[in-house]
Amino acid sequence: MNAVTFQNVSKRFKGAGRSALENVSFTVEEGEFVTVLGPSGCGKTTLLKLINRLYEPDSGQILLFGEDTQGVDLVKVRRGIGYVIQQIGLFPHWTVAENVATVPKLLKWDRDRIRARTDELLRLVGLEPEEYKNRYPSQLSGGQQQRVGLARALAVDPKIMLMDEPFGALDSITRGKLQQELLALHRETGKTFLFVTHDIEEAFLLGGRVLILDGGKIAQFDTPEAIIRRPAEGFVRSLVESAREKGRFWEAYL
Amino acid sequence: MIGQIGEYFRTSLDRWTGMLTAHVAVSLLALVIAAAIAVPAGVLCVRHERLKKPLTGLFGALRVVPSLAILLLMLPVLGTGTAPAAVALVLLAVPPILMNTVAGLESVPESVLETAAAMGMEEGQIWRKARLPLALPLVLTGLKTAAVEIVASATLAAKIGAGGLGELIFTGIGLFRTDLLLIGGGSVAMLSLLTGLLFDLLDKLLLRYKTA
Repeated sequence: MNAVTFQNVSKRFKGAGRSALENVSFTVEEGEFVTVLGPSGCGKTTLLKLINRLYEPDSGQILLFGEDTQGVDLVKVRRGIGYVIQQIGLFPHWTVAENVATVPKLLKWDRDRIRARTDELLRLVGLEPEEYKNRYPSQLSGGQQQRVGLARALAVDPKIMLMDEPFGALDSITRGKLQQELLALHRETGKTFLFVTHDIEEAFLLGGRVLILDGGKIAQFDTPEAIIRRPAEGFVRSLVESAREKGRFWEAYL
Repeated sequence: MIGQIGEYFRTSLDRWTGMLTAHVAVSLLALVIAAAIAVPAGVLCVRHERLKKPLTGLFGALRVVPSLAILLLMLPVLGTGTAPAAVALVLLAVPPILMNTVAGLESVPESVLETAAAMGMEEGQIWRKARLPLALPLVLTGLKTAAVEIVASATLAAKIGAGGLGELIFTGIGLFRTDLLLIGGGSVAMLSLLTGLLFDLLDKLLLRYKTA
């Protein structure tokens, strides 16, 4: 089954010179880990936000697990999607436990079920519940905050996770650790992941397939191996070249 | 002098408490009405960008008029007593609450509002659960500023017969009684300080997440 299908989707923002996305079509299968790679302004965040309808497309159709996202109840669709962003967006006036329980509370789960689920999720993202659940976000490091953000997004077991540069603001060690944990999480849960990044190493490390966007169009959409072996002419080739350059820079010190 | 002040409290404590009560009453009334106008108006300003300029502009302009002038201008309209005094104090108190409410609501990070929406919160839930509580620190700051200004300006309300500690001050001026001036002025000053402290306490109690 296809988790996400884009059919000729275009989006142009008011006052913008060109389209953020132009006639984009692709499909993501259920259980895939797809990374969306491209420079700032290429349309990758727009693509993500069209899926949970934070933006509406100008034309084209977006299907989520076979259903047109325009046809179903907006709030219901969103509660079935995990959403994680770089700025995290935790509620600063709520404790870690309350933040994680946001959607379960919206769905009016009973208190015991919420408590059990919160503890389970915090353990899943590597935070000891007893130590962390009563803290406020401001008392956590950036990495810990993003772990909470991840736990919150996973709360009601959504079938799909949308992540917009979730590790973009973290130091490289924390980032590496969270990348590995995310891969493990993907293997264990079998959920569909759509992960936006501008970092080519991150995109190729995490993605089973990488969707490369340039100027609102798909430049290439394939497995990392295939892209490295046969990069599309132009943008993708120069992107792969720049990564090779960087590799050579490090090798010079070995 | 200290003897005179002591003598005043021995003989006229009832009068003093009466004036104090009247002062607090008119101040509280004005603050509650001002908040009831300014907070919803602030919400409207943020929800409807078009309203922001006219609303903040209107109250900003009213604020420039000295409070004594407003008090006296109210005389022909509302006569003497508590009502015109309260109206003047409300006009004085609305701008700081309004401005701070708008600033507070706009200070809520876009990322918080966006993830709230993305998790499937409805518009009303986003306001109730996130936007309003997160604006509260600045709303409280506005209320504090307004309350302190009201307490100080309520002194002038005595000029139009609304009572309060101003009576004592104006009597003191009229009779060249320094002791009455000191008692009146001192009482108002203490009341202002106390009001400020009360709001600081409220801030601490309600917003523990900021200092935790």
